[in-house]
Amino acid sequence: MVHWSAEEKQLIAGVWAKVNVEECGAEALARLLIVYPWTQRFFDNFGNLSSPTAIVGNPKVRAHGKKVLTSFGDAIKNLDSIKVTFSKLSELHCDKLHVDPENFRLLGDILAIVLASHFGRDFTPACQFAWQKLVSVVAHALARKYH
Amino acid sequence: MVLSPNDKTNVKGVFGKIGGQAEEYGADALERMFITYPQTKTYFPHFDLGKGSAQVKGHGKKVAAALVEAANNIDDIAGALSKLSDLHAQKLRVDPVNFKLLGQCFLVVVATRNPSLLTPEVHASLDKFLCAVGTVLTAKYR
Repeated sequence: MVHWSAEEKQLIAGVWAKVNVEECGAEALARLLIVYPWTQRFFDNFGNLSSPTAIVGNPKVRAHGKKVLTSFGDAIKNLDSIKVTFSKLSELHCDKLHVDPENFRLLGDILAIVLASHFGRDFTPACQFAWQKLVSVVAHALARKYH
Repeated sequence: MVLSPNDKTNVKGVFGKIGGQAEEYGADALERMFITYPQTKTYFPHFDLGKGSAQVKGHGKKVAAALVEAANNIDDIAGALSKLSDLHAQKLRVDPVNFKLLGQCFLVVVATRNPSLLTPEVHASLDKFLCAVGTVLTAKYR
């Protein structure tokens, strides 16, 4: 089981309280599709992903980004049981969605950058440590049920 | 992975905007890397890695200078960083995975200090550039 110090929990909660899940989620997913274009392979039915402008404005991208980040919120509510929380989602991503777990790591890194751009210096090194740890734990949990 | 003309313009734009603050960006990125990815400290047992360390600042300056050099010679990064590439292959032998970690921290620093500069397109270009630098530095490893 992952150990979270009191400080790490506070740093995560403090940032999360100020996050606009819809905006950050949309931005994170859009940036994933722009910065790592091969990730678009999972979204053939999303319509126009032909340019960064198209991706940023794409309503399906926005909606899915919000969905993904909302789900992330479940991890934050259950920091001490992330593996259990994401067990079914892990199975889904393996069996139905066929997503290479490397993509979870890519999205996690993008999320850190989005948070950094929103919070500026308030996204301190300690904050970054806590959040990179969180995204790494989430990525691991989502990959855990792969077979 | 090839840097397009747009990528090159974007990267030059970033470093043009950062200008003389590149050293600070370098130091900041290194500090973040040591804190965010503690395993990276294993390459610096001879350094004082405490907060505000002069050695970290000095090393950040070197790292930034190399990135600026690469950006200024973006059509031939391998040529510009050839000596550094030799150094990393023969002497430093930093595991290739760590260049991605430093790259991530550099992007975070740009995001914290200059968010408006890091549009999605510039983010993509800068990420590609940092990957290219990492590739060059590890190219002679084996």
